[in-house]
Amino acid sequence: MAEFLQILASGLTVGAIYALIGLGFSMIYNTSEVINFAQGEFVMIGGMVTVTLYAGGQIPLAVAALAAIGITALVGIAVERLAIEPAPQNNLTTLIIITLGVSITIRGLAEVVLGKNFYHLPAFSGDTPFDLAGAEVTPQAFWVIGSLIAVMLALAWFFNRTRLGKAMLATSQNRMAAELMGINVKMILRLSFALSALLGAIAGVLTAPITMTKYDVGVMLGLKGFCAAVIGGLGTATGALFGGLLLGVSEALAAGYISSSYKDAVAFIILLGVLFFLPEGLFGRARGERV
Amino acid sequence: MALLEVENLHAGYGRIEALHGISVTIEERALSALVGANGAGKTTLLRAISGLRPATRGTIRFADRDITRLQPSARVRLGIAQVPEGRQVFPGLSVEDNLAMGGYTRNFRDVAEGRERAFALFPMLKERRASAAGTLSGGQQQMLAIARALMSKPRLLLLDEPSMGLSPLLVAEVFRVIADLKASGVTIFLVEQNAQAALRIADRAYVIETGRTVLEGSGGALMADERVKSAYLGL
Ligand SMILES: Nc1ncnc2c1ncn2[C@@H]1O[C@H](COP(=O)(O)OP(=O)(O)O)[C@@H](O)[C@H]1O
Ligand SMILES: [Mg+2]
Repeated sequence: MAEFLQILASGLTVGAIYALIGLGFSMIYNTSEVINFAQGEFVMIGGMVTVTLYAGGQIPLAVAALAAIGITALVGIAVERLAIEPAPQNNLTTLIIITLGVSITIRGLAEVVLGKNFYHLPAFSGDTPFDLAGAEVTPQAFWVIGSLIAVMLALAWFFNRTRLGKAMLATSQNRMAAELMGINVKMILRLSFALSALLGAIAGVLTAPITMTKYDVGVMLGLKGFCAAVIGGLGTATGALFGGLLLGVSEALAAGYISSSYKDAVAFIILLGVLFFLPEGLFGRARGERV
Repeated sequence: MALLEVENLHAGYGRIEALHGISVTIEERALSALVGANGAGKTTLLRAISGLRPATRGTIRFADRDITRLQPSARVRLGIAQVPEGRQVFPGLSVEDNLAMGGYTRNFRDVAEGRERAFALFPMLKERRASAAGTLSGGQQQMLAIARALMSKPRLLLLDEPSMGLSPLLVAEVFRVIADLKASGVTIFLVEQNAQAALRIADRAYVIETGRTVLEGSGGALMADERVKSAYLGL
């Protein structure tokens, strides 16, 4: 039982990271229908910039983390402005390939500027684990899951209570009608990239103390976040949330009870299974409904 | 006084030109109608006026200002609102939020006032205020689309086939609303497939064919025109 709880706790922690990354995929997909394969790089930038600014303790960790998250959001805006906006908007495949190019460019720059080393960030509240019914849970796990809850609440507030959030929903439901309302659709697209980058950076900062970080961590994390979003239903927040948690827990179970070498295969097996039986994902709506 | 002057307008989709030099003058407080067959370019003209399609040639003047190159949002702020073809409500937003989006360029007080006016004009919207717009019937969505456009307090209201796909009873209701709006002083540019109903209430009307203006005159004169009778009124 304790072993199971241990696995569950680590699965939920990793799953929360996937969920944050998956939320970023869904947000950009909703406003632009683009699948942003540079999403993983936002995760990497969040972690790597925090490590660099923190520089072993010269700047308080919280300051370094917040600055890194802000910088990543600016990178998100730059990606939209410099790579997506100038491209022909009528060909989605082209736009998606552009995001792959952006991803490779960012990773290359990170390799040149920050090097190929692994970096470690100290856990936010130390490493002394809590005992939960026999399972040892690190304080960082609470940070991760607490942050996911905070992010979900903030997003719910933004989309249900603010005019800007509703304008973003309106744009994703009918871009032409949104323009007719006087909504600045270009600004909304940039905002969606900024928010996605911000979510990715939060994931990157949270996970750096757990898994270490490196210029290329974005590749696998981005892919897992993408799987989470698609499993849950691309374009839905609930989908990204449960897709991420399901994926994280499944991976932990596979690693714990079968073999850790199967861990990464789990994501793709679940993805294929879900897509086969539920092409719209677990919480997805029929494509037609999105308009 | 002319509120909107479209002169020699060319616009289209990429390399396909849909409007080959259209000129239209819309008088303040009048109801102008635009009639034409499917594919003639009526929707494209309204899109160009709202700024959704760029003008490749020609000018659009609104309230003595050249707006040919203005962003759609700037045109809404100046007072141009559109009820697009096929209603285009935001299906996942509530009726109330759809109205709020219509008032996006307005402050919160204007939005609250506009909402009360919309509820007075269409009591049905008040009953369904919390429902997702996608769950409304076609006629209700059309009323919502009109109410939403009015939220920006437009000086010029562009209506693209508002009676399309509605039952005869609802068509009558839509035309009653349009007549009321005109009486309240809103300038209206009405695109209709229902040429008979549109020409009857129009002060001035235009007939376009494949992106060109072929006829213009008062609503009554066009109704009496032999070519209009045979081509658009089925007489
Ligand atoms: N999105 C589009 N892309 C390419 N061509 C279009 C598009 N929409 C309309 N057209 C073409 O432009 C012309 C005018 O269309 P439209 O303005 O919709 O006509 P109407 O509203 O009078 O039926 C038609 O030939 C139509 O095929
Ligand atoms: Mg049309």
